Amino acid sequence: MGLELYLDLISQPCRAVYIFAKKNGIPFELRTVELLKGQHHSDAFAQVNPLKKVPALKDGDFTLAESVAILLYLCRKYEVPDHWYPQDLQARARVDEYLAWQHTALRNSCTRAMWQKMMFPVFLGEQVPPETLASTLAELERCLQLLEDKFLKDQDFLAGPHISVADLVAITELMHPVSAGCQVFKSRPKLAAWRQRVEAAVGKDLFQEAHAVVMKAKDLPPADSAIKEKLKPSVQVLLQ
Amino acid sequence: MGLELYLDLLSQPCRAIYIFAKKNRIPFEMRTVELLKGQHLSDAFAQVNPLKKVPALKDGDFTLAESVAILLYLTRKYKVADHWYPQDLQACARVDEYLAWQHTTLRRSCLRALWHKVMFPVFLGEPVSPEMLATTLAELDVTLQLLEDKFLQNKAFLIGPHVSLADLVAITELMHPVGAGCQVFEGRPKLAAWCRRVEAAVGEDLFREAHEVILKAKDSPPADPTIKQKLMPAVLAMIR
Repeated sequence: MGLELYLDLISQPCRAVYIFAKKNGIPFELRTVELLKGQHHSDAFAQVNPLKKVPALKDGDFTLAESVAILLYLCRKYEVPDHWYPQDLQARARVDEYLAWQHTALRNSCTRAMWQKMMFPVFLGEQVPPETLASTLAELERCLQLLEDKFLKDQDFLAGPHISVADLVAITELMHPVSAGCQVFKSRPKLAAWRQRVEAAVGKDLFQEAHAVVMKAKDLPPADSAIKEKLKPSVQVLLQ
Repeated sequence: MGLELYLDLLSQPCRAIYIFAKKNRIPFEMRTVELLKGQHLSDAFAQVNPLKKVPALKDGDFTLAESVAILLYLTRKYKVADHWYPQDLQACARVDEYLAWQHTTLRRSCLRALWHKVMFPVFLGEPVSPEMLATTLAELDVTLQLLEDKFLQNKAFLIGPHVSLADLVAITELMHPVGAGCQVFEGRPKLAAWCRRVEAAVGEDLFREAHEVILKAKDSPPADPTIKQKLMPAVLAMIR
């Protein structure tokens, strides 16, 4: 059994891993784990990732969790072009800096924005207090400003003149609130131009393919009560 | 001007970097940024790190934020011993996996434990409800269990037989609730034994030196109203 990637393309980090693997022609078996059906809670999946999250990787007997770790593992094992995770000390540090910052910043606000604006009301039939949503969207704005001012600046890509794993991780995050109808790129021409460049570098077809699931999330039929019961405990934290 | 490290040893990630740099005899100028005096919020420091956080690094004209990025930069630039961040593909992936996981889990619960148990009441004069403190300590418990079961398991160190960056980042986190008076190692002989091994690997004197400040945190004099007002928003954002 070769490389297996356990993914659900509704998840931002899964999209980053998917795009990276496909773009680099890395052969893998896609093992879809449907989050909205609670499949990540199964005992079978816990064998692959005891943290019960996607993405997860299985390469022979070796299992690995955490999208950043997975992306770097794939970079090294498949000896991808340098620009994805440059050898240059400072360029690499810039990528590491972004990958570290985003966990508690952009990832956090993009997940909350998408869930509070769309998934809670549409999928779970739960209303979110307007103040909570407003606060989340304000936080998202703050993160977007930092993304532009501290990371992108006047560069073509987040870590310099070439696309890297940092851009993949960032763009897939931003598509989360986009899927919920947030006008993330409106009035942010710098970010909009960067998005065009990332899409072009990745390939429009692959980009679209990776985002097909999340862009249709707003059309999901409401969850049945069994699913609601199963998912509610773990998603409640997204309301804070 | 050589390497400068902007640190406050009150902060867990700063301790990890301090220990790493000292242990590996990396020459640096220590630039103390006193968090409890709000020095991280100054315009001068924003030139070094626009994210207004410690730790931060300045190496000539190159500035870098994010402790994980800084540790990896130092690892590569100063060509430290392999065990800190192994060349081996799978061992390296295990370190990456830990360093990614900890941002939103152990880091978060250790920070909240210190602030809810000690810093809010003692330093900021803000009471914390028993329920809130209980919730925070329960979360810490869950995370400690994951640390033991998923990461440490029956190994000497987090990723294998030798100490790595993962152990430094983890141990300095655990010293945060220890500094708050939480009996983190009580009833956890595995973690206690691991802690002793890490201390021995790092050197007990260095370990003690790095933790002097945090172990005195509960004796912090109350903040004056100006400082309190200055720090509150950043503190609330940090422990959210």
